[in-house]
Parts: sequence; C-alpha cells; structure tokens
Amino acid sequence: MSPGVTLALSARGLRKRYGATTALDGVDLEVGAGELVGLLGPNGAGKSTLVKIACGLVRPTAGEAAVAGAPAGSAAARAATGYLAELFRFPGWARAEEVLALHQRLVRSRGGAAEREALLERVGLAGEGRRRVETMSKGMQQRLGIAQALIGEPRLVLLDEPTSALDPAGRRTVRDLLVGLREQGVGVLLNSHLLSEVELVCDRVVIVDRGRVVTQGRPHELTAPGGVEIETSDGVRRLPDARREDVPGIVRALVAEGVDVYGVRVVNGTLEDAYLAAVVGRDG
Amino acid sequence: MSDAVVIAGHALREAVRRRVLLVVGLLTVAFLGLYALAAFQVFDSLEASDGGFIAIDDRALAGGTLLGLAMFAILFLGVVLAVFLTLGAVRGDAERGLLQPLVVRPVGRTTLLAGRLLAASAVCAPYVVAVFLAAVAITRVAGDFTPGSIVVPAAGLALGVVSVVAISLLGSTLLGATANGIAIFMLFGTGLAAGLLGQIGDALDVDALTTASSIISWAVPFEALYENGLHALTADIGGVTGVIVQLGPFGGASDASAALWPWALAWTAAMVALAALSFRRRDL
Repeated sequence: MSPGVTLALSARGLRKRYGATTALDGVDLEVGAGELVGLLGPNGAGKSTLVKIACGLVRPTAGEAAVAGAPAGSAAARAATGYLAELFRFPGWARAEEVLALHQRLVRSRGGAAEREALLERVGLAGEGRRRVETMSKGMQQRLGIAQALIGEPRLVLLDEPTSALDPAGRRTVRDLLVGLREQGVGVLLNSHLLSEVELVCDRVVIVDRGRVVTQGRPHELTAPGGVEIETSDGVRRLPDARREDVPGIVRALVAEGVDVYGVRVVNGTLEDAYLAAVVGRDG
Repeated sequence: MSDAVVIAGHALREAVRRRVLLVVGLLTVAFLGLYALAAFQVFDSLEASDGGFIAIDDRALAGGTLLGLAMFAILFLGVVLAVFLTLGAVRGDAERGLLQPLVVRPVGRTTLLAGRLLAASAVCAPYVVAVFLAAVAITRVAGDFTPGSIVVPAAGLALGVVSVVAISLLGSTLLGATANGIAIFMLFGTGLAAGLLGQIGDALDVDALTTASSIISWAVPFEALYENGLHALTADIGGVTGVIVQLGPFGGASDASAALWPWALAWTAAMVALAALSFRRRDL
C-alpha cells in the first residue's frame, strides 16, 4: 500500500480471549482501498471474531483495528463500514424497502428511493421492494442482506459467508458485485468457506488458523505448480516436475521423436491444496 | 435523539405489524367489558339491598374496592405489555441475529437502548392511564363513585410500568428472552406479595412484616407506586368504611412519603444507565 493512502481496514496485533479460549492471537491484517481480500480458515479459526472486531460488535482484548483511519467500533468507523453477518435476520414483518429505508436513516444516507431501487437491482431483487422478508427464500434474504451492507457507500465491506445460501446464479451475481466494488475503490473482506469463490474473485487471500494468520498472498502465489500435461498421439503424458518454462523444449523433443502433439496444459495447484497444506499441514 | 426516535418508530411498527397492539386492544376491551358488567351488578345489588350496617358507606366501599381491583389488573396488564415489548431487546435479538445489523450502524448502543425505552414507554404508560381512566368512568357511571384522586393513581401506574420497562431492558442485556421474562414476572410477583404481606402486617400490627414490605416496595418502586395509588384512591373515605376498604386486598394501607416520586424516577434512570453500561460492554 502506498504511503498516504488510507487503508480500508488495518489490524495490528489483535488478540481476543473469551474466558480460557483464545479466538485471536496477534493478528495483523490490511485491506487496501479497492482490494478484495479473502479470509479463509477452518471453523473456530477466529475469522468471524476478526470481522466482528472490525465492525465494532466485539472488543479486542489487545491490539488495535482501524476502518478508513478511524478506530474500529467508533461512529466514524461504523459509518464507513458495510457488514453482512453470517447469521443475520431481518424482521419478518418488514418489506425489503423498509429494511433498506431503516438502514438509510441510520447511516444518514440521502440516496432515498433511487438508492434502494438501485441496490435491489444490483443484488438481483429488482421489483421485490414491496415483498415482506418472511415470504423471501433464504437466498433472497441473503441478497437483501448484501444490499443492506452496501447502503451509504461504505469504504469497507465485511461479508461473512455471503453466498452460503445462494444458487450458482446468485453466486455469479455476488462475484460481479464484488468486482464492481473493487472498481469503486471499496475494500472488501470476504469470509468464506467456498474456496473456489475466493480464488475466482479475490486479489489476496489470508488463511487463519487457531487465531493466527498462517499464510497470505495472491491466490496464484499460494498455489503450487502441478506439472505439465501433454496430449499426444500416444495418449496423455503427465510430467509432474515440469514447469511452464519447460514446455517449448518438451514439445520440440516430442515432435523430434515423431510424436504428434495435440495439446499442452500447465497444471497449477488449487487454492484448496494451498489451504489444506497451510491448515492441515500445521496439524502435522 | 433522532436516531432513538428512528429506533423507537421501528419498534412501534413491529408491535403494530405483529398485531401485538391489536391483541392488547381487544383483550383490554374484553377486560373493561367484564369490569363494567361487575360494576353495574355490584351497584345494582347495593341499590336493591336494605343498607346493612348503618355505619358503612357501602357505595364507597364497593367503588373503592372495585377501582382497587381495576388498578391491580391494569398494572398487571401494563407489566405484561412492558415485558413482552422489551424482554428480548438485547440478548434475545442478538441471539436471533436481528440486533447485529443495527448495532454496526453509526448509532450508539445507548441510543439503541433509548429507542427501545422510548417505544415501550410510549405504549405502556398511555395504555395504563387510558385503561385506568376508562375504569374510573365506568365506576362513576355504574355507581356514581368518584375516587379521592385520579391523578396520583394514574401517574403511579404510568411511572410503575416505565420502571418495569427499564428493569426489563437491563435484564435483556444479561439474560436471554425467556429467562428475562421469567425473572421480571417473578420480581413483579415478589413486589405484589410484599405489598400484601405489608397489609397483613398493618392489620395485625406486626412491625417486622410492615418493615420488610416497605423495604421491598421501595426496592421495586412499581409496588410502592401502586400502593400509593391505591391509598390515594380511597384516602378521602373516612370512618369505618375507610378502615375496611384500606385493609382489603385492593386497598392501600400505606401512604408513601414525598420522596417516592423522585426515588422512582432516579431508580428508573439508574436501571436505564446500568442497562446502557451492560450493553456497551457486551460482545455480540
């Protein structure tokens, strides 16, 4: 992050203890403006606690966090934050537009009906503003939750399992929406167990286990090379130790041997492999 | 303050949409209907009787006792309403995932609590006053009986239910909804039992009972306000009739000191302050 640019989220040495249980044990984390960061880790790793500290629901035992330069939990930080909890609920009696209107008033958004309609359209709920929450499917409620998190043009959006109830089309909608947020300069911290989603959309991935950051980096940096596969007239040959740079030489050698080459694929490891190596590998 | 009004409006809208107020309204009409039936029957039977003991003003005895009964019922209804509007305000709503989306907004937790206090008080206090005035009107029409004071019992009922709202809000920061509801009703029952014991102590001249009752009544001032209101209802009834009506279960034997009102207000404010402190420290 360049000097002088305010981070969407900055956490230093965050610790959180619940009685004898340590949920976070010295976490450092940054989310830049316009950066999509995926937060991965097993159940109980401390991901939700980290997100809750960032949005002011939980107070850290030690360390500090700031949202857009303001201490996490302060009114200024909360004004700059949009949040979708993993387990959230809106009142069943309320209509979608009433939910959004309430949150507009609480963040003092002047977007009015135009903002509500635009947000509903953005999450794929166009024309559903009059619908009561209790008549919505879980997926529709999750979309409404995302729309609620985007009210007031936040600078940091914290999404805790935002696609857990969504069908593939819904997940696609959310991916597009996240890309749009990045283009607007909004920092996003995406807490998800769906590794493929994170790999597809995130600029950076942070893997947390037992309250500590165990590894982080760009998805392609975390994934290990997986060799080269070559489709030839003799069948598919797998060269697990070969790298991308080796491909021209391999192809030349095969052609020189009189083997026809129909296709070459450089195999990369998946984020899942990297995740398992980071988390399960620690368990020994 | 405007945020508190927004939260209060949201809570009131919920009470209307969930038909809480409709049900309360219908049951109150049923209660007043039964009260009117009882009042007309009692005064008609007095009309038909030959007077009995000469020294007793049976119209005042009947009127004072009926209105005392009405006060008891109205306080009970008001407390039920107060408890059900607030029992899950913090932990209950947090456990259901309703609170978190509101708390992360730039609205102070104290403001959220103030909104819930405002909403519940705005329903409960006018409710008990209106039902009490209706009972007074029915008693006057049925038996031409007017209590010694209308303002003191009405104000006592109003402040009494607001104090219950305050203690219920405090309980909601510490206990889940069901546990809080049970705790508040048990506290209410303890107050009423203490009041009855005090009357027994007065009748039998047992100082220990009277002192214990007095301490409990002031510890839970809705009881002291209720007793003071009962006393004010029949304070102008003199002679043997006055003694009999004040010894009855719905007669106020004790006249509270002038310190009751400031004490009840300070107690209510202290409960709200403790609730705010407890809420501010709670991780969600």
